[in-house]
Amino acid sequence: MSAVVRLVVNGHPVEVPAGASVAAAVAQVTLRFRRSVDGAPRAPLCGMGVCFECRVQVDGVAHVRACMTPASEGMQVVADA
Amino acid sequence: MREHYDVLVVGAGPAGLAAAQAAASRGARVGLLDAQPRAGGQVWRHDVRLPAPRAARRAIDKLQGVEVLVRHSVVAAEPTALRVETPQDSRLLSFGALVLATGARELLLPFPGWTLPGVTGAGGLQALAKQGWPVAGKRVVIAGSGPLLLAAADTLRKHGAQVLGIFEQASADAVRSFAWQLRQWPARAWQAAGLRLRLAGVPYRFGSFVREAVGDDAVRGVEIETPRGVQHVECDLLAAGYGLVPNTELASLLGCALDDADTHPRVQVDSLLRTSVANVHAAGESCGIGGLAVARIEGAMAGLMAIGDTAAASAWMPQRDRERRFDALLARHFTLDPRLRTLADDQTPVCRCEDVRLGALAGFGDARAAKLATRCGMGACQGRICGAALAELGRFPRGAARPPVFPARLATLAGLATLPSDAYRGS
Repeated sequence: MSAVVRLVVNGHPVEVPAGASVAAAVAQVTLRFRRSVDGAPRAPLCGMGVCFECRVQVDGVAHVRACMTPASEGMQVVADA
Repeated sequence: MREHYDVLVVGAGPAGLAAAQAAASRGARVGLLDAQPRAGGQVWRHDVRLPAPRAARRAIDKLQGVEVLVRHSVVAAEPTALRVETPQDSRLLSFGALVLATGARELLLPFPGWTLPGVTGAGGLQALAKQGWPVAGKRVVIAGSGPLLLAAADTLRKHGAQVLGIFEQASADAVRSFAWQLRQWPARAWQAAGLRLRLAGVPYRFGSFVREAVGDDAVRGVEIETPRGVQHVECDLLAAGYGLVPNTELASLLGCALDDADTHPRVQVDSLLRTSVANVHAAGESCGIGGLAVARIEGAMAGLMAIGDTAAASAWMPQRDRERRFDALLARHFTLDPRLRTLADDQTPVCRCEDVRLGALAGFGDARAAKLATRCGMGACQGRICGAALAELGRFPRGAARPPVFPARLATLAGLATLPSDAYRGS
């Protein structure tokens, strides 16, 4: 495994350390992970998969918890989709 | 697909690791499940930049004869099987005995601005930083209660964060008395002393709490109530956590009795860690917040009980009882200031999933009625955040767990033997 993983967040190329989460990659681009029912920006709260505030779209799959998902090479992530 | 394990352990933190190892050491087929991508749990969570503590490395690396099933979320339970979901598919895992080592989560309380991006739990930001979340050069305020605040500060500083201060809601007297009592647990006292030494340059304030976070699209500053008045601090991140609450959802789903004498329920176990359901044992934080040492001991005990070695498990009892005495010390000294329950106003969202504001909950006396009328607790987190918060605020206790205990794909639900509505009709 290389020391760095390259992926794409909202069209921006991002590098994170191997083993990092998608949440860490998204945070390099935006803190607007999702929009709440009322339209307010939201970002991770618990960091451990409980609160679901970090949900993003990963490789076309919606509602993926960014903090629970390891970043992988070439991944396409869309936050605030 | 159905597979059988002599022992299934749910949760690969210190308790689960110890349980799995103990059970496997006698030749049982053991599966160790965790929803996270790596074993370690929260306290031993893998850090992408820093080496793991020696004890964590040993516990994880020495696992032998254990099938470690990461990214496996339990969504439903049958009497002798668990329905789990993986990123690819869903499986039914049957068991002879079960060990619940589901750990704890942070108690996160509502205050104006707590939904702003950049506001996290204290252990929450620590976990995110370990995952590679960029904190280097960021100005961080740490607030809330308990020893976890110091551990979070330490990790964040090692990752390059500028920790502006640690604001502990407990009084200076309470924290001093806690530190003095710690001498009964020398290992903990040493650990605390080491932390304080490493954090020597960071202000550690008592009787202080965040009353409001301010910002537009993200947090820009906080208003802190201190014994000497309100202080405004500009920051990039606020990490606020008010201690831990046991994860009891799966136990509840299995029909295990919960001890709800306190605000937040815990799994009820006897002196040999048997729950009220046959062949189901529980260990560690899910049975009460007591920390790492007791989790490791109880894990070993529960693993031995799961393979029927009552004698070997009993040998751990004196140590376990001694470590469990720490629970009361922790709870007593970090009792929450009643003012924390009054910070959220009518406009503060309490249920973050459904944007239900506190004002909308006036007049409701139980979680179910509030949920039916307002959708409070009906979102993706299934009331894990707002349920604990509302219990702490003295509104109403959490509702019972229902399957699926985590949101699941339709294909997974299609595999359930009984539909949630059948299993829980009338509840």
